[in-house]
Amino acid sequence: MITSLTPETLALLATVIPLVAAVLIPLFARHPNLRETVTLTSAGLLAWVVWSLLGPVLAGARPELIGVEIVPGIALAYRVEPLGLLYALVASTLWIVNSIYSIGYMRGNNEPRQTSFYVCFAVAIASAIAIAFSKNLVTMFLAYEALTLSTYPLVTHKATDDARKSGRTYLLLLIGTSMMLFLPAIILTSVLAGTSDFTSGGILDGRATPLVLGVLLALFVFGIGKAAVMPVHFWLPAAMVAPTPVSALLHAVAVVKAGVFSILKIVVYIFGIETLREAGTANWLVWLAGFTIIVASLIALRQNNLKKRLAYSTVSQLSYVVLGAAILTPISVVGAAVHIAGHACAKITLFFAAGAIYTAAHKTEISELDGIGHKMPWTMTAFTIGALAMIGLPPTAGFLGKWFMLSGAFETSQWLPVAIIVASTILNALYFLPIVHRAFFRSPDHVPLDPDEMPLGAASVGAAAVRPHAHDGGRKDVDGDGDGDTHDHDHGEAPFPIVLALSITAAMTLALFFYPEVPLSLANAMIGR
Amino acid sequence: MIRLSEHLPIIQVLVPLFGAILTAFARRGTTAWAIAATASVLAPFVSAAMLWTVFETGRPISYVMGSWAAPWGIEYRVDLLNGFVLLLVSVIGVATISYARKSVAAEIDAHKQAWFYTMYLLCLTGLLGIAVTGDAFNAFVFLEVSSLATYVLIGLGRHRRALLAAYQYLIMGTIGATFYIIGVGLLYVVTGTLNFADLADRLGPAMDTQARPILAALAFMTVGICLKLALFPLHAWLPNAYAYAPSFATAFLAGTATKVAVYLLMRIFFSVFAIAIPASALPVTEVIVILSVAAMFIASFSAIFEENAKRMLAYSSVAQIGYITLGIGLANQLGLSASLIHVFNHALMKTALFFALGAIVYRTGLVNISQLSGIGRRMPLTIAAFVVAGLGIIGVPGTAGFISKWYLAMAAIDKGWWWMVFLIVASSLLAVVYVGKFIEVAYFREPGPDVAEAHEPPISMLLPLLALAFATVYFGIDTRLTTSVAEAAASALLGGAR
Amino acid sequence: MSQLTPLIDHFNYFTTIFLMVAGLYIVIARGNMIKKLVGLGLFQTSVYLLYLTPGKIVEGTAPIIDPRFQVYSNPLPHVLILTAIVVGVATLALGLALVVRISEEYGTIEEDEIFARGEDE
Repeated sequence: MITSLTPETLALLATVIPLVAAVLIPLFARHPNLRETVTLTSAGLLAWVVWSLLGPVLAGARPELIGVEIVPGIALAYRVEPLGLLYALVASTLWIVNSIYSIGYMRGNNEPRQTSFYVCFAVAIASAIAIAFSKNLVTMFLAYEALTLSTYPLVTHKATDDARKSGRTYLLLLIGTSMMLFLPAIILTSVLAGTSDFTSGGILDGRATPLVLGVLLALFVFGIGKAAVMPVHFWLPAAMVAPTPVSALLHAVAVVKAGVFSILKIVVYIFGIETLREAGTANWLVWLAGFTIIVASLIALRQNNLKKRLAYSTVSQLSYVVLGAAILTPISVVGAAVHIAGHACAKITLFFAAGAIYTAAHKTEISELDGIGHKMPWTMTAFTIGALAMIGLPPTAGFLGKWFMLSGAFETSQWLPVAIIVASTILNALYFLPIVHRAFFRSPDHVPLDPDEMPLGAASVGAAAVRPHAHDGGRKDVDGDGDGDTHDHDHGEAPFPIVLALSITAAMTLALFFYPEVPLSLANAMIGR
Repeated sequence: MIRLSEHLPIIQVLVPLFGAILTAFARRGTTAWAIAATASVLAPFVSAAMLWTVFETGRPISYVMGSWAAPWGIEYRVDLLNGFVLLLVSVIGVATISYARKSVAAEIDAHKQAWFYTMYLLCLTGLLGIAVTGDAFNAFVFLEVSSLATYVLIGLGRHRRALLAAYQYLIMGTIGATFYIIGVGLLYVVTGTLNFADLADRLGPAMDTQARPILAALAFMTVGICLKLALFPLHAWLPNAYAYAPSFATAFLAGTATKVAVYLLMRIFFSVFAIAIPASALPVTEVIVILSVAAMFIASFSAIFEENAKRMLAYSSVAQIGYITLGIGLANQLGLSASLIHVFNHALMKTALFFALGAIVYRTGLVNISQLSGIGRRMPLTIAAFVVAGLGIIGVPGTAGFISKWYLAMAAIDKGWWWMVFLIVASSLLAVVYVGKFIEVAYFREPGPDVAEAHEPPISMLLPLLALAFATVYFGIDTRLTTSVAEAAASALLGGAR
Repeated sequence: MSQLTPLIDHFNYFTTIFLMVAGLYIVIARGNMIKKLVGLGLFQTSVYLLYLTPGKIVEGTAPIIDPRFQVYSNPLPHVLILTAIVVGVATLALGLALVVRISEEYGTIEEDEIFARGEDE
């Protein structure tokens, strides 16, 4: 059966499956179990389809699909190349895990409007896949905007004033930068190069002066607001008002990775590494990425809200990928690509853990986490693995990306990136290890026994808003997944699907270190090795 | 035995005209609606047949009135440009007429409904007439036919301010039309002809000896038409007129009236003047570019701070007209294509938006944005269509609005105006704010008591709305029809110019 | 005297311009809706003159072919202006009808009084 599908069909299916799911989900709005079956089935099918593409692509196939021409000379088109496939693999695989997690989380917290949540989620995944497979900048831009629009309802899901405000920031900043900078950059590129297709070695060689190249790069880097390079990062911490599964998949994987992936893809396939290095007007990007890495880490250090800290950590980690691209050596670009995969698995684990803590213990602040490791050992162990990956220690996936980037920097004697990576590693350790320490080595004596007796003022505002729901519904064994037994007087682990999901991603974080063949071979194929 | 196909240009105008006479005798609204619907449904077939013929043969259709050969008699002349406009107007006519029955029944007193449809058909006659005719004075007559009918349509709004809006529009519209006819008069004095094609031929030689009246004519005609198409700052009549007119009239006018005026401006500029006189003689296009950019920004800001949803969309129309005239001002192949494409796309999107508002008014009677909280959960399909069309106004890729902006940006670059690209995208960002404002209220607030009883509108209103929303997306992806016709029409317009 | 010649030669045109500007001024400057319509009427009338003036040729006759006459006036402007007069009358009638309705609804036809009420429904 697998052989009967051509790679082209598979590439098409990869967008069609989530879209079909988006249509089917509302039909089963009144049957939650069927509805979730649709989500899980399509997630499984999607992952299977995308993984089936791996063989042909590694063998050198570049399946193409050409759709209608929307502006002269530019058609909506797909072309599956290694980097895009890597991103699609990450997004689709983690969608399965995240779906399991979402089901546990949404039911556990008795969130309203679950149907529209799953619909938007499916559309977002379809858009992410479309970004991954886009053949030209216009297709990418289309999918990029679709991703922003489909995730906007997810950010404002809670419908509180806070959520609406964040939603506004999210929409205006992302659409704003993309319209003001990204779109002009695309237009400029297609005028200069006469095409906007992603091509090995770039399309701008000899077609623009170094100055224009530098300006164009700036337009792209700031225009792709999803990459959260400072100062266009504000939307990411704001988006943390969304339910945790959203933060986890979208704001650790699909959306933000779409940003850095786009930058990487543009640097590699539009500019060309060689062209940019010879132009010499891209050096500012190292400074900018370095600045973002360090400053975001410093801000993360001061956050008490767990999700906010994770958000700033994401801002910082995303700029690693930008930095990897900015070093402009083949090996550093490979590092950047590998880091996309590694950071995705690790950060999603961390967010899953944060959501698990919120679901089980209704805690959102780091200062409340004393001794929580004893009550939620699985969760906190997974969290620790994720934290190690963030710091970049072996045996986790985070190590590989950093290693390649460092090698690239050493190779070309760029000492600034080296210093940045070293400094940020220390900072990462400084803001993650205390959480681990608190969770496992502090006694929980001053934590109230019943989480609901905890004074509301101490908790975050966002948590307070949904607390009454959570108290009523979260206690019941809504989904029949066996979480009814987890509460006596005190809390224990989160519902089973949540724990299962975060264990899987933690395992993946470790596995990527020991078996990095897939991302590595794809990354190497990207730079033509 | 006459062959019907030879008489298509006049049939285009006569069908709604006779329809108007018939509806004037109808007593019941439903009868009048049936007549109006028949006339409206026939129109796009006629215009599509003509556009197809022109596209296939590559030659314009010329029709001489009463066998008086042009330039003495009145000539009806259909080329790609006005074939396109005719099709657009008649398609919008069909969409609105199917929407009209319930909406008009709800908003217009029973004994006035037949008259209302009479006015609609006269308006349609006038608009089609402006587009089809090749004669400058005839265009004026049709302009006034459509305008007079429009004043009545607006004046029939429920709120008494509709009367004021109609009166103000009457004053402004008449001044505009008179300016236009002064310009035509000057040209006639100089050349002795009223036929567009003939004018173009004779103006060139006349320019050497009588430059001043010709330039005065250009100025008068430009100002006159710009009043009708509501170019900033001559747009003052538009927001009130759109806000207080009955929902159906607003939707119809937003999609057609300004678009036909845009067509007339293009015709005058490029088919008549551009051939005859050097562009440097009078800085008309430069002025239009400046005013267009001002419209794009100032009107968008007005839309942002507008609380009444219909006025918000009306200001948005002024801003969008800025894009259209910007393309005219750029005056190159891509710019004109962009204008034409946006004329088409904006007509679809804005009509859809006003349909959605009309549906909300039909169910709730509300137009203030703050009262519409949570309406998205009560009328999900209606608001979904609103969102799609709103995205089109913003110019999100995948919608028709993106194509317009792309062409416009390309046109600016083609002219070497890089900075213009940023102005174009920056102004679309303002659209994010006002469309977003509506969406946020509609979806992310709990339904208030005002909208508790609201639900989807009747199917006859919902279908045209959804069809237009679908078209917004469709023409954002499959652009063959719009771009090929618009590009060919733009080449033809510029082809005459040096 | 010779300075006055152009004035006399173009007397009709000067009248046209005077009527045009006067009419437009009334439309802009007056707040009374009836007076505005009067101004609008004047403005439109000036255009009739603009068209009719060049249509008349000195010593020309009505364009009926006859061997006794060589010079004919152009009939077309008259035809055009007949149409324009019809349009003008229709506009005026509609404008007056609107003013009547406004007067019924608001009890006044002064623009400033109507706007002073500051309706904000």
